[in-house]
Amino acid sequence: MSAAIDVRGLRKSYGEKLVLDGIDLNVAEGTIFSLLGPNGAGKTTAVQILSTLVAADAGEIRVAGHDLHQSPEAVRAAIGVTGQFSAVDGLMTGRENLILMADLHHLGKQEARRRADELLEQFDLAEAGKKLASTYSGGMKRRLDLAMTLVGSPQIIFLDEPTTGLDPRSRHRMWTLIRELVAGGVTVLLTTQYLEEADQLADRIAVLDHGRLVAQGTAEELKRLAPGGHIRLRFTSPEEFTLAGQVLPTAVPNPEALVLQVPNDGSVHALRDLLARIDDASLEVDELTVHTPDLDDVFFAVTGQPKSEEVTAR
Amino acid sequence: MSTTTTVRPMADIGTMLRRNLRHAQRYPGLSLGALGMPVVMILLFGLVFGDTFSAGLGGGAGGFDYIDFLTPGILLMSIASGTMSPAVAVCMDMSEGIVARFRTMAIFRPAVLTGHVLGNVLVTSVSLALVVGFAVLIGFRPNASVGDWLLAAVLLIGLTIGLTWFAIALGLTSKTPEGASNVVLPISLLLPFLSNTFIPLEAMPSGIRWFAEYQPFTPIIDSLRHLLLGTPMDASSGWLAAAWCVAIAVVGYFWAQASYNKGTVA
Repeated sequence: MSAAIDVRGLRKSYGEKLVLDGIDLNVAEGTIFSLLGPNGAGKTTAVQILSTLVAADAGEIRVAGHDLHQSPEAVRAAIGVTGQFSAVDGLMTGRENLILMADLHHLGKQEARRRADELLEQFDLAEAGKKLASTYSGGMKRRLDLAMTLVGSPQIIFLDEPTTGLDPRSRHRMWTLIRELVAGGVTVLLTTQYLEEADQLADRIAVLDHGRLVAQGTAEELKRLAPGGHIRLRFTSPEEFTLAGQVLPTAVPNPEALVLQVPNDGSVHALRDLLARIDDASLEVDELTVHTPDLDDVFFAVTGQPKSEEVTAR
Repeated sequence: MSTTTTVRPMADIGTMLRRNLRHAQRYPGLSLGALGMPVVMILLFGLVFGDTFSAGLGGGAGGFDYIDFLTPGILLMSIASGTMSPAVAVCMDMSEGIVARFRTMAIFRPAVLTGHVLGNVLVTSVSLALVVGFAVLIGFRPNASVGDWLLAAVLLIGLTIGLTWFAIALGLTSKTPEGASNVVLPISLLLPFLSNTFIPLEAMPSGIRWFAEYQPFTPIIDSLRHLLLGTPMDASSGWLAAAWCVAIAVVGYFWAQASYNKGTVA
């Protein structure tokens, strides 16, 4: 499979602030690639550079087979971008926005109207098509924004935090739309700060932190980087807790909370084993929870700090 | 499936022009202000202050008619006050995501700004026609030939194009639409008032007169008076007027394009 996006040694700083510190990326055609990271990690800057909006300080960048520095116009003809902030014209209706895009792609008057109506239908905006885009809700604006990106049938689509600020229902709707795109052969590079979103959508994930890629791989590969899953046992009495510690010597104890974390892959077999040992020792367990590793654990494992702290620190 | 990479400047400029005209239709405040203000000025100065000014300037019932003297300057004032709306419009454009989208598309790069310029040239042309119409209603009597009118129109449109590019460059440097409307004030107020629009240079205090003599509006107004009314003029004023228009347009165009492309892969 050939690469839709190939980046080596991408660097960018704004004044003193280093935003991207030597990024390498390779995105295969027809896949969803996710750049995952907290606010300020450099995700948006990366998208702005790859979509020709901002010039890089250094690095070799090929998008859709074209060198980005030498032929930005060829890159622009192959890509579509839906940025973090809605890029719709508020003084025009949804349909007029789509026709504007079609005109800029030189589709011709009839085809422009046909394509606009088709996309309005596909994105559930047929009724809203005659209203000014400034009157749209957040979710509608995002859908119109994405529909505008698709007018020119781009090969590669950049989505910068496509669901930030959307309610859960609109988010799931957006996910479905993105999956449909890739089913049609398009390559998608999406940035997100939601670990769940990367896990749900992406074939490959790169974790970006302070302008560096700290991990890269499939969701499964990344999860393997994180410390394995465990089963959390909570006890009511200190005596039971101490006894359990002796019965389960591999467990990590937390005496203050009376909690034991027992390494466990979460499979039925391993779980049955553990329950049998608890039964044999007649332990009184107050609460049992199964914890499988998720991308939050990955983020913690590769950056050394939980994602949530990172976010609130900014 | 990718769209063609051949750039089509005329088609893209046309698309952007249609976008701006639609904006003017949806949000008419800016354009109506640009159309109405010069009409108010010509009526105010022509009808209300006209007699007093004529008398003060040694005319009046005799040969000197103030409305003839006034109209060419008011035409320039319409152009100047009309630069505010494109400056504000580009600034609003830049603060919204839509221009970022345009920049990532394979469209003729100067099309976005050129659309703004052409849109403003159309609005200003209407405004100029209105001013001439109202001026004739209240006594403006030009004795120009068709050729003179054409030359005058070329000069006026040339200045409109130049000043609009310049105003757009100023608008692009502004962070907010309010800032953009302030930053063009020197063009829309200073240049028309500190020129020979309302009174001849001889009637001005020396400091202001020095500025008025060397600023672009004065030779352009002189040339218009010469073309429309046959008033005497130095031959150099005509060339100076043309040179100013070209110079303003060239500086404005390249400055605006440079601001628009700043930091991007052009």
